[in-house]
Amino acid sequence: MAEIAPQKQVNVSKQPDEEVISPWREAWKGFRRNKLAMVGMGIVLFFILLAIFAGVIAPEGINEQKLSERLQSPSASHWFGTDDFGRDVLSRIIYGARISLWVGFFAVLGSAAVGSLLGLVAGYYGRLVDTIISRIFDIMLAFPSILLAIAVVAVLGPSLRNALIAIAIINIPNFGRLVRSRVLSVKQEEYVMAARAVGMKDSRIIFHHVLPNSLAPIIVQGTLAIATAILEAAALSFLGLGAQAPQPEWGKMLADSRSYIIQAPWTVFFPGLAIMLTVLGFNLLGDGLRDALDPKMKK
Amino acid sequence: MEQPVLNVSKLETHFFTDDGEIPAVDSVDFHINKGEVLGIVGESGSGKSVTSLSIMQLIQAPGKVVGGEITYKGENLLTKSEKEMRKIRGNEIGMIFQEPMTSLNPVFRIGNQLIEGIRIHKKWSKKKSWEHAISILKLVGLPRAEELMNEYPHQLSGGMRQRVMIAMAMACDPEVLIADEPTTALDVTIQAQILELMKKLNRETNTSIILITHDLGVVAEICDRIVVMYSGKIVEQGKTSDIFQQPKHPYTIGLIESVPDVRVRKDRLYSIPGNVPKPGSIQKGCHFAPRCSFAFDKCFEEDPVLLETGSNQQARCWLHEDEKKAAVLERVNS
Repeated sequence: MAEIAPQKQVNVSKQPDEEVISPWREAWKGFRRNKLAMVGMGIVLFFILLAIFAGVIAPEGINEQKLSERLQSPSASHWFGTDDFGRDVLSRIIYGARISLWVGFFAVLGSAAVGSLLGLVAGYYGRLVDTIISRIFDIMLAFPSILLAIAVVAVLGPSLRNALIAIAIINIPNFGRLVRSRVLSVKQEEYVMAARAVGMKDSRIIFHHVLPNSLAPIIVQGTLAIATAILEAAALSFLGLGAQAPQPEWGKMLADSRSYIIQAPWTVFFPGLAIMLTVLGFNLLGDGLRDALDPKMKK
Repeated sequence: MEQPVLNVSKLETHFFTDDGEIPAVDSVDFHINKGEVLGIVGESGSGKSVTSLSIMQLIQAPGKVVGGEITYKGENLLTKSEKEMRKIRGNEIGMIFQEPMTSLNPVFRIGNQLIEGIRIHKKWSKKKSWEHAISILKLVGLPRAEELMNEYPHQLSGGMRQRVMIAMAMACDPEVLIADEPTTALDVTIQAQILELMKKLNRETNTSIILITHDLGVVAEICDRIVVMYSGKIVEQGKTSDIFQQPKHPYTIGLIESVPDVRVRKDRLYSIPGNVPKPGSIQKGCHFAPRCSFAFDKCFEEDPVLLETGSNQQARCWLHEDEKKAAVLERVNS
């Protein structure tokens, strides 16, 4: 190797335009061209900013009751009107973004982490471990998910935190099965065999080779799952099993205002619109990510 | 005689499938000396790759090594634990695979993949491993080694990736390099370059190389000795020059016959009639007998043993049990 050493200095010059293109950057380029996906990302970013700066943006606090201004229709002073306690609906929706995004994000984070880990183990080791884990997933999927969530909350007691846990639990098998099937194909790739031939440990192969190559579908599924989780959280709150008054959760707001739907439709319309827009945003974003990260799945 | 680096004896690797137990490798014996290049030749399904994976202990279910011994530096690899094997893989015995396009992880930079093995075995710092990896990339003849370290596999051509794979296998300076069809997926000019590189590495680092291939041209190019496998068994082994000049087994003769020769214009290339039998489908007699034009009664009755046919040359064929029959073969041969 000594004969090669003097060459070292020669190769340093690098063309400025020759940029190293990572697979992620490549995906981003594809994503940016997708208009619907960009709209989805815009909506999601909008709600995230709303949640972060709720304290600055919201014209009123969440619990400022003005009984003299009950059930007012949208006007210049209350853009989205007021509810039966005289609270500003717009302000409550802005604060509600915090709750919904928080629940959606952390519930999905939890189920993605647990589900992916189980899926990795099941797919990589196969045999009995796989059978046991897969059958547990099957059992969980045999229940309608909202029913399972209701059962979990019934056991833990109704609260927003428990609703989050319930949503996390019911989404575990979705991630688990997704990751397992992905691992089954990645495991057959030659670079996994090559990694073993270099003397790598199973745990290192799983986390360094199999997981990174399974990340794209996890991200896609994760984004889409946030949409469902937000919807499920709203449903649980609507049923009185999630957020408790006076938390400004959108589903809860729907439930509380539903008796005024004729008198004051704005109290129902705007929280519903907020739910719909967020879910739409995450779905568009998720579809866009899928197209960008997994070109094979494109129709 | 010199002590071989790696000695395989009576190796049996079976696959336990729904159709029963299939002997993919059936009582295989061979050895490789220090600094030698050994070619293992055979058609698809002859058990070449399973043999190499057995040495590395990388056989996956439903396959299992059920018998024999693989002795490396005086120790039987088959009795080693998975943990002990991990220290040997990549460090003592390196391996390169057939498909350079898929043998590199697409989401990691070349450099990160190269230093993984070095860091595991040599326990060097990241910086030192990185520098060592660059020197190995230069050793395998890759230009712009420093920049390549930061690139992703998809930016490299097939030939370059195979060089990276060789670099990865050579990174810890192994005693033995197993190359499983390293040139099959590459085009001819690149094939020659890769073979040239392997020959150079063999000369310069004195690494023993086991080259697994179905391509006799590749074998003739760089191997010192050849093992010919058929249906999980060794049918002939000997020095490359001896085997090319005096093939003793009808199968080897057929293989050599079917190599195209540009100097002779032929309308039709010779091919051995029939296919490699499904392992385990032949219960009695020589596995090659149904395709063999020299086969006689005994071939269908009794499985031949490896018979000495010359100095350091053996063939698994009944023809060589009998002088007269062997003479017929010689005549046809010449």
